[in-house]
Amino acid sequence: MGTQILMPALSPTMTEGKLARWLKNEGDDVRAGDVIAEIETDKATMEVEAVDEGKITKIIVPEGTEGVSVNSPIAELNGGGGEAAAPQAPGQTTNMPQQPAPPAAAQPGQVGEVAKQAEDYGAVAARGAERQEGAAKTGAAERIIEPEKDWGPTKAITVREALREAMAVEMRADKDVFLMGEEVAQYQGAYKISQGLLDEFGPRRVIDTPITEHGFTGMAVGAAMTGLKPIVEFMTFNFAMQAIDHIINSAAKTLYMSGGQLGCPIVFRGPNGAAARVAAQHSQEYSSWYAHVPGLKVVAPWSSADAKGLLRAAIRDPNPVIVLENEILYGQSFECPTSEDFIVPIGKAKVERKGKDVTIVAFSISVTWAMQAAEELAKQGIEAEVINLRSIRPLDSETIAASVRKTNRVVTVEEGWPFAGIGAELGMQIVEAAFDYLDAPPVRVTGLDIPMPYAANLEKLALPSPAQIVDAVKRVTYK
Amino acid sequence: MAQAAETATANKQRRPQPAEAKAPAMTPEQLLRAYRDMLLIRRFEEKAGQLYGMGLIGGFCHLYIGQEAIVVGMQACLEPGDQVITSYRDHGHMLATGMEARGVMAELTGRSGGYSKGKGGSMHMFSREKGFFGGHGIVGAQVALGTGLAFANWYREGRNVSLTYFGEGASNQGQVFESFNLAALMKLPCIYIIENNKYAMGTSLERGSASRDLSKNGAAWGIPGEQVDGMDVTAVKEAGQRAAAHCRDGNGPYLLEMKTYRYRGHSMSDPAKYRKREEVQQMRDQSDPIEKCKKMLLDGGTGEAEIKKIDDEIKAIVQDAADFAQSSPEPDEKELWTDVLIEEGAR
Repeated sequence: MGTQILMPALSPTMTEGKLARWLKNEGDDVRAGDVIAEIETDKATMEVEAVDEGKITKIIVPEGTEGVSVNSPIAELNGGGGEAAAPQAPGQTTNMPQQPAPPAAAQPGQVGEVAKQAEDYGAVAARGAERQEGAAKTGAAERIIEPEKDWGPTKAITVREALREAMAVEMRADKDVFLMGEEVAQYQGAYKISQGLLDEFGPRRVIDTPITEHGFTGMAVGAAMTGLKPIVEFMTFNFAMQAIDHIINSAAKTLYMSGGQLGCPIVFRGPNGAAARVAAQHSQEYSSWYAHVPGLKVVAPWSSADAKGLLRAAIRDPNPVIVLENEILYGQSFECPTSEDFIVPIGKAKVERKGKDVTIVAFSISVTWAMQAAEELAKQGIEAEVINLRSIRPLDSETIAASVRKTNRVVTVEEGWPFAGIGAELGMQIVEAAFDYLDAPPVRVTGLDIPMPYAANLEKLALPSPAQIVDAVKRVTYK
Repeated sequence: MAQAAETATANKQRRPQPAEAKAPAMTPEQLLRAYRDMLLIRRFEEKAGQLYGMGLIGGFCHLYIGQEAIVVGMQACLEPGDQVITSYRDHGHMLATGMEARGVMAELTGRSGGYSKGKGGSMHMFSREKGFFGGHGIVGAQVALGTGLAFANWYREGRNVSLTYFGEGASNQGQVFESFNLAALMKLPCIYIIENNKYAMGTSLERGSASRDLSKNGAAWGIPGEQVDGMDVTAVKEAGQRAAAHCRDGNGPYLLEMKTYRYRGHSMSDPAKYRKREEVQQMRDQSDPIEKCKKMLLDGGTGEAEIKKIDDEIKAIVQDAADFAQSSPEPDEKELWTDVLIEEGAR
C-alpha cells in the first residue's frame, strides 16, 4: 500500500518552505529515523526524518523547489507499515553549509496570511464589542440601582482594625484560610494589621516567610490550586513586582488555561501607593497594572466598612483577588457596621455623597480628597456627587453611568500615573455609555507623570489635592 | 564557602549501590508495566511530531522522547493524593499519571475534547483527578508552585508528597533557590526532580551553570541530593523511593538530578545545531531507556510475543488518540468567555 510523504510544518509560523535537498533517491529503502531530506524554513535548515518504513517509489517535488506548501505531497513510499498517510517528523539540522532562505518578498502567500490574521482579530474585537454593548444596553434601560444595604448599628473602628477583623472572622469560619507574609506572625505585622492573629490561630495558619516574594507567592498560588485559601500579605505592593509573574501567569490565567478545572482562591493584599516621604521605589500605585488583567479581581477600600466588607468578600471569592490598601488610611477611623454578617459585594460602587451638578469618581485615599473637595464646592454652591468605586475590576460602570446621566459632568481622581491609568479607562467607558449626556469633556485628576520625589514640597506637588479637584470641577462646570 | 556547604551535605547523600549488590527494584510485572508506559509516551510523542508536521498541532510543542524512564520510574513511587507538576515538556508526565492519551492529544490539536477544552494547548493541561497540576509555560514557575503543593500537604498534615519536575536550565532561576530555602525551612514534603537533558534550549549545562553537580544545588539548605541514571527506569524508581520515604517521614525536601537526554530538538522548530547528530545517535544506540528495559525483560524470561502484544496495544491507543484528536470538534466560540472567572451563574 502506498503512502504519501507530505511537506511537514517545521515551525509554528511555517506555511511553506524550500525543499533544499533529497538525501534519498527513488528506489531507496528507508527506515524510521532516517534523514530523507533537508528543508529550509524562514528560520533554519531542518532535516526531515522518516517515520514510516518502506521504499521510495516516487519523488514528486524535486530538490531546489521553493515555496512548497505545508502538507503537499513530496514523495511516495511503498511500505510495509500499512498506516494512513504519515508525514515526516522534523529532526536535527544538517551540518552542511546553510543556504540563504528565500527573501520574504518572494512569498506572496504571507501577505494573505497577515490579512487573514487581521481579519480574525477584527472578528474577535467585534464579538467583544457586541458583548460590551449588551452590558451597556441594560445600563441604558434606566435600571434602578440597588440601594446600599442597611446593616444596622455601626461603631467607629480604624481601617487597620477592620482588616484584622475581616481576616479573623474568615479564619474562624474556614480552616483552609491562612495568612502568609513577611513579619505577619511574631512581629505582629509590619503595619500591625495581623496583630494578635498568631496567638489565636497558631503558626500553621499565620506564617512568617523569609524576604522572598517570588518564592512565597508562587508557593501560595500552588497551595491555592489544591483548594487552600491563602491570604498573602505584601509588606507593600511595591515588593509584589518581584512576584507579579505568579500573580498574573500562575494565579490569574490557570482557570482559563485548564478549561475551568483549576481555580485559584487567593487574596493578595497590602498597602499600595504613596505613604509619606519614601520616594519613588516605595510610592507606586498599582491599580491599573492589576485591573488590566482578565482573571483577576481588584478592590481598593477607602473606609473601615470598605476594608472589612471587601476583604471578607475577597477571602470568600473563589478567584484571585487583589486588595489594594493604603498605609495612610490604616490609622483612620470610620463608622463600620457591627453585624457579624456584614460584607461588601465585589463589583459594587458606593455613592458616598449625593449631588446633582457634577460626578466625582474616586477610589482608595482619593475618596478622602474628593469628599474634601465636595465640601468646599458646596460652599460655592456646587453640589458634587462622590462615587467611591470600592472595586476597580469588575468596575461598577452602571452606577457611574447613572450618575453621569444625572449630573452630565464628570471628574475622575486617582493617585496613580495618568497614562493608561484608571481615569483613562473611566473616561472611555463614560464616553461609550453616556456620551450624549455629557455637557463637558471628562477631566482627570491624577498623580504627576514622574517617579515620586523625596523632598517634602515636591512630593506634595506630585500628588493630587482637594484644590486640584475643585479646579477640575470648575472646568467641567464652566465656572 | 561552596565547598564547605558541599561537605556538610555529603554525608547525607546516598549514592545508588552497584546493581549486583541488591535485589531488583522492580518485579517482572512492574518492569513490564514500565515498558508499556514508556512505550506509550514514546509512540505518543512520535505521533504528536507527525501531527505537528501535518499542521494539526500549532504553536510550541516540546517532545519528551528519550526521557521516558524518569516519569515512569517516579510514578511508581507515588501514593494516592500525591501531586505532580512540571514545565512545558509535559506530555510524558501526563500520560504517566494516567491521564488519557485521547484528551492530551486532543488538547494538542486544540479541540474541545482536550483536557483544557482546547484553551490550554501543549504546555497547559491539568487533571485534579490524577493529581497533575500542570503543565506550566514559564520556566521555573512550577518549582515555586510545586513547593506550594508540598505546602498544602504540610498544612493538611498528611503524608503526601509533591513531585516537582524541572529542567537543568530552569535550575538557574532565582525562584528555584527561593523554593529550596522555603521547603527546607518549613520541612515541606517536596521531591525536586531536575531532568538534566544537557541542553537548556541550545545552551549546554557547562555554558549555563557553574554548578557541576546539580544534585548538590540544595546543599546550602541541607537538602539531600542524588545523581541518578535517568535512562534506567529501575534506578529512577529506587532513588524515587528513597526520596519519597524521606519526605513522607517529615524530613523536608529531597533533590534528584536525573541524567537524561532528549533526542528531539527543544521544540519542534529547533534545528538543534548546538549538538552533533552523532551525539544523539550514540545516546539512542547505547542508552535508550526503552531498549534497556526491553533487554531486561527478555533477559528475565519475558517472551517476545508478550512484548509484541504490548507494542500492538500501544500502537492502537496512540492511533485512537490521533483519530480522536482530529475528529473532536474545535471549541465552541462561546468558550472564549468561559473560565475567565468562577462566577455564580457563569457568563
